Amino acid sequence: MEITELTVHELKEKLANKELTITEVTKAYINRINEKEKDIGAFVTTLEEQSLQKAKEIEEKMKTNEIKGELAGIPIGIKDNICTKGIHTTCSSKMLENFVSPYDATVMEKVNNENMINLGKLNMDEFAMGGSTEYSAFHITKNPWNLNKVPGGSSGGSAAAVAAGMVPWALGSDTGGSIRQPASFCGVVGMKPTYGLVSRYGLVAFASSLDQIGPITKDVEDCAMLLNVITGHDEKDSTSENREKIDYTLSLKNDVKGMKIGVPKEFFGEGIQEEVKQKLEEAIEKYKELGAQIEEFSLDIANYALATYYIIACAEASSNLGRFDGIRYGYRTPNYDNLKDIYKNSRSEAFGSEVKRRIILGTYVLSSGYYDAYYKKAQQVRTLVQSKFDEAFSKYDVILTPTAPTTAFNIGEKSINPLEMYLADICTVSVNIAGLPGISIPCNVDKEGMPIGMQLIGQKFSEETLLNAAYTFEQATKFRENYKPML
Amino acid sequence: MSREDYEIVIGLEVHAELSTKTKIFCSCPTEFGAEPNTHTCPVCMAMPGALPVLNEKVVEYAVKAGLATNCEIARNSKSDRKNYFYPDLPKSYQISQFDMPLCEKGYVEIEDKNGEKKKIGITRIHIEEDAGKLNHNEFSGGSLVDLNRAGVPLIETVSEPDIRSSKEAENYLRKLKSIFEYIEVSDCKMQEGSFRADVNVSVRKKGTKEFGTRTEMKNMSSFRSIVRAIEYEADRQIDVIEEGGKIEQETLRWDDVSGKTFSMRDKEDAQDYRYFPDPDLVAIRLSDEYIENIKNNLPELPESRKARYMSELGLSEKDSNLLTASKHLSNMFEEASAICGNHKLVANWLLSDISRILNEKEIEADQIPFTAEQLAKMITLIEKGTISSAIAKKVVEELFENPKDPEEIIKEKGWIQISDEGAIKEVVLKIIQANPQSVADFKAGKDKAVGFLVGQAMKETKGKANPQMLNKMFIEELKK
Amino acid sequence: MKVSKEEILHIAKLANLNLKEEEIDTYLLHLQDILNFANIVNNAPVEGLSETIGANKNYNVFRKDEIINFEDNEALLANAPEKERNMFKIPKVIQ
Repeated sequence: MEITELTVHELKEKLANKELTITEVTKAYINRINEKEKDIGAFVTTLEEQSLQKAKEIEEKMKTNEIKGELAGIPIGIKDNICTKGIHTTCSSKMLENFVSPYDATVMEKVNNENMINLGKLNMDEFAMGGSTEYSAFHITKNPWNLNKVPGGSSGGSAAAVAAGMVPWALGSDTGGSIRQPASFCGVVGMKPTYGLVSRYGLVAFASSLDQIGPITKDVEDCAMLLNVITGHDEKDSTSENREKIDYTLSLKNDVKGMKIGVPKEFFGEGIQEEVKQKLEEAIEKYKELGAQIEEFSLDIANYALATYYIIACAEASSNLGRFDGIRYGYRTPNYDNLKDIYKNSRSEAFGSEVKRRIILGTYVLSSGYYDAYYKKAQQVRTLVQSKFDEAFSKYDVILTPTAPTTAFNIGEKSINPLEMYLADICTVSVNIAGLPGISIPCNVDKEGMPIGMQLIGQKFSEETLLNAAYTFEQATKFRENYKPML
Repeated sequence: MSREDYEIVIGLEVHAELSTKTKIFCSCPTEFGAEPNTHTCPVCMAMPGALPVLNEKVVEYAVKAGLATNCEIARNSKSDRKNYFYPDLPKSYQISQFDMPLCEKGYVEIEDKNGEKKKIGITRIHIEEDAGKLNHNEFSGGSLVDLNRAGVPLIETVSEPDIRSSKEAENYLRKLKSIFEYIEVSDCKMQEGSFRADVNVSVRKKGTKEFGTRTEMKNMSSFRSIVRAIEYEADRQIDVIEEGGKIEQETLRWDDVSGKTFSMRDKEDAQDYRYFPDPDLVAIRLSDEYIENIKNNLPELPESRKARYMSELGLSEKDSNLLTASKHLSNMFEEASAICGNHKLVANWLLSDISRILNEKEIEADQIPFTAEQLAKMITLIEKGTISSAIAKKVVEELFENPKDPEEIIKEKGWIQISDEGAIKEVVLKIIQANPQSVADFKAGKDKAVGFLVGQAMKETKGKANPQMLNKMFIEELKK
Repeated sequence: MKVSKEEILHIAKLANLNLKEEEIDTYLLHLQDILNFANIVNNAPVEGLSETIGANKNYNVFRKDEIINFEDNEALLANAPEKERNMFKIPKVIQ
């Protein structure tokens, strides 16, 4: 098997028993990137020289036992909205095209402490706003399963790079589905952890109360391993939860007997592609076979949650993106005579249309006269969504839904109508609104051979339950053995 | 109608920088006067991805300030974002508190213009972050942004519109400043901008209930300017109304040089701050125990110090008031008295010559350059007769210019009092000879003439002769 | 709620964005579309429900008042479009 087809847990083993060296692994990935990047366009920045140098350094240090660590020398790709000291962090925006972060995000410190090798920064929708990676200011990323289709978004570069074997795993961020939906479109595993489980320090904020960093991996075991790396309390993030560290790999029991899985019928209704429904139903049958108890129930919140999501996310974004003013960093317009020009022209020239659209919506819902009707109401609806989930989790261990209403769509198909684009987030946003963990795993393909994702939602801090449920399904269905992108 | 038919209504929003070691949301030092942008980090420079974490001392200090001004302390509070663009505000929003401030519904007591006690209501005290500083470069024509001050913690104290004159405004501000100094939450150094006020002024015809339209003057940091600005602005508003015009609600800039206010902002730029709860920060919940604990450890406030000076030291109410108005003055009084043991004399000197010089120099008591020890030393020298009061006055002047041990000052300047009998007698005889008229006056029963002669003798000796000895010897000689 | 052209221009001004004449209608249309959809929050059964503030229920997360100097001051100014004497330079602002 090709090195770049291995999962991280397989790689780790081969490195441990010296079947492979760190340099060999790094080179294999660099070659793969060089070979496939022109087709896929997953990266904003590649770090060929730095990664090779780092590989050699780590090898040297491991020889002298200066460093140890199970994940030392494992490559990784990083979504380009996670700050990396000394390396460009662009958020796929013209605004930050030349921005070099003066500090590392907390998750980057953790990744570096493990002596992992950063292969580069991955493409995304500008400032994580979008669901197809078509809103990157630099280039679109293509779906490795079909180059005419989008990889999903906003972490489209991360999901495509993992699917195409250009990185063994990657970090993404998820505000309304931005990890899970591209994972679904690209046939990989993506998890949005419980809000507060992973530090947001150094994640360029889109919507602070919804954003969460998470893993995008080839399989569930890798997902658990990467979650081990990035979780933990951080004093630099006031919303970070102070909980004991868990080894998530221990939760992979390959057993769901007696597990109660709720299936909300509203998530299988109108707007969900027929084939998606059908394959999800097969997946539900599989769970039954595996001994889980399945029950259909009503969770009529999806539309409320989606409306709430766009109000809250845009409101927060309109404020979070105020700091891009052309003064301390980022793009400054060449066309100015006074301060007002710097503000207006820099922002208008460097933000893309989707970002501007959301800033305008967010500014509108916070402006005087509209705050109560939109923002305040949305905050109440948020409480409603949380209470509906609480109610459901008093009965079920896990809630099962499609990750997205459709499989990956064609490039250019949806970007004309923003509302239609927003509606594609219908299955994922309620998880962010309620601060819950969610995981997407591939469960099948449609007739065009495009992957279909299944989403499992748990109550707060039930990552172990989700990982076990996902792992058990994965072991029983062997998606990776049956389907591969035609690259 | 005349000016007397109008009433001035003033409300003040006071910003005091808290004297914490670090900024409100990051661990950068708050110290004043560092090289530009050296007290900064990703958080206070608003780098992408950086997040705020609240300094626990900021909450504690704000609660202290609330308790010292008779406020109710909120059990539940939160932080909000106030959104607007300005180059000194790096995030383009200020983290402040909107609808759930830490402290509400307090008051402080001041004296009104008739010397009567008056309560000025405090609407709220909330915590927020200071902005950076813009420096204006005259040579290259641009402005330069220094973010050392960005994120320094502030408390904003908002008064009710209870103030009716510039004098009351000054009294209120002095009172608030002294309270904050006493409880050690702010050093209130006005010259460094760590205590400054936004002044809201409106006028209305006496007897009317509704308030007039107000104008606001922002960031004023001297008592004198505030008093002048209020008076100018009230006059201006009355003139406008008398001429049949309307006051526009706007922000004005006070210009100290011309003594006028000017319109500041583009009027069509109506502000809409779009306040909303900051999702990067969590709720603040204060327990009764926490609040009680702060209350029990509150330092002595000016009111109680004043009462103590009157009852224990027998000082007059007026003197006690003046001494306790500033914590620095009051502390100097207590320290110097403790060293020299003569609190009456210390009080006299602080309230006469020293206060006069402060006034002349337009500086505050915290800028007195000499120590309590040096003042005490001077008092002791007076008591011992080493120097006269006249010399002491010169010593005080010198202490302001070139503070050091008063004993050294008088040695250097040759100001030691002449107490040698022979030398004094020589002078007395010389003066008697030169002033036959005064001698005649004395003999005719005018005792006052002695005073004149003593004065002449002091002049002759450049103030160095011991006045008591002079007095005694003149009487002896004249009676001969 | 119907959004007027004046309103969207006012909003753009608050957000410091220029809208070109030919963009205004598109932005207006999109904003109206999304707001119409977002309006369903006003039909949600939220009577008596409190507002959620933040995504978790943590409170009193404080930092100790201890100085930590940032280690790489130079990097903080390295991205500045224009600087002078270690300060960010902008056109003259009249205060």
